[in-house]
Amino acid sequence: MSASLLQVRVWRGGATGAFRSYEVPRRESQTVLDVVTYIQRRLEPGLAYRFACRVGMCGSCAMTVNGVARWTCRTHVAKAVVHDTLEIAPLANLPVIRDLVTDMREFFDKWARAKGRFVPTATRRDDFAVVCPDRPERRAADAAIECIGCGVCYASCDVVRWNPAYLGPAALNRAWTLVNDVRDGDHRTRLAAVAGDAGCHACHTQMGCTERCPKEIAPTASIAGLKRATARAAVKGEL
Amino acid sequence: MKGVGPTTPAASQPPLLEKEGRSSRGAVRAEVLLWLAQRASAAVLGIAVLIHLATMSYAVRGGISAAEILARTRGSLGWLLFYGVFVLAVAVHVPIGLRTIAQEWAGWRGAGLDVIVVAIAFALLALGWRAVWAVCA
Ligand code: FES
Repeated sequence: MSASLLQVRVWRGGATGAFRSYEVPRRESQTVLDVVTYIQRRLEPGLAYRFACRVGMCGSCAMTVNGVARWTCRTHVAKAVVHDTLEIAPLANLPVIRDLVTDMREFFDKWARAKGRFVPTATRRDDFAVVCPDRPERRAADAAIECIGCGVCYASCDVVRWNPAYLGPAALNRAWTLVNDVRDGDHRTRLAAVAGDAGCHACHTQMGCTERCPKEIAPTASIAGLKRATARAAVKGEL
Repeated sequence: MKGVGPTTPAASQPPLLEKEGRSSRGAVRAEVLLWLAQRASAAVLGIAVLIHLATMSYAVRGGISAAEILARTRGSLGWLLFYGVFVLAVAVHVPIGLRTIAQEWAGWRGAGLDVIVVAIAFALLALGWRAVWAVCA
């Protein structure tokens, strides 16, 4: 079926703009990122989009594909296409810079606000910390640690959409890994930062993040963990 | 030489705790305790509503009059305690929920809202306990 063509509608412009249509030859094992790259190289040299690794590690290629936030380098066209048509838009819940490129600053600033930075307790003169892989904290951190920061969860979260202050699934998931890091020295500040109605308590357990996370992380579970941890700290007067 | 990454000693980090004011920390704790009270009262209500509905549907089989109800509830310490706790759980649960809805749907926050929901809590408590007392005492 060499005649097989994909009808691709791509967002052009910034916050205001329009979809423009392109025809792209269908190929075997084609990814959505392949389609976007084809358009940029052959049809629309001015098209702005992001990617780097092409193997699902860097988290830069996320876009909205037929209404669903996806990592495009690891999404086969076959998985996302509807009636030979793809509609490709920038990620939701983030300001659009141009075409498929969003401004991720707020997304990552929220990681900082959630105290997503490791606070070491040892110095370079100390030996390596030994953390037993079987410890419950280590297991909890393991379950959440593989985040690539692609923003798919953030774009898929209705609470982010209606509460702009909400830290969002990725930042809270990051905080949860650090709450479970026995080497970290500032659990208290972190728990205070992630509590309240901009933090874990704003989550309505709708699980859009968990449904869409390409790394199959469950930020909802991490957020539930933060709710338990902050409740325990509040009762003990440690918040 | 500036230390970076995992080798930086904790002492060189900015004093994060000091930057957050004491009052804001108290407010965070209050929010979390409210959330906990909401969860705990929901657990009580879950059980209480079941008992309430089961008792009602059992009691009204074949019709029931106000006099018959009063004959069963008057002077019953058990029902007095049960519905007393039920009302307490409602008076905790409803205002916190309303407060959250006002914040999320109307973007309304602050002391004015808190005063109103505390007033609602006391109104529910007063009306509810008055009714329980009237039926059980
Ligand atoms: S390009 Fe790196 S994750 Fe897709």
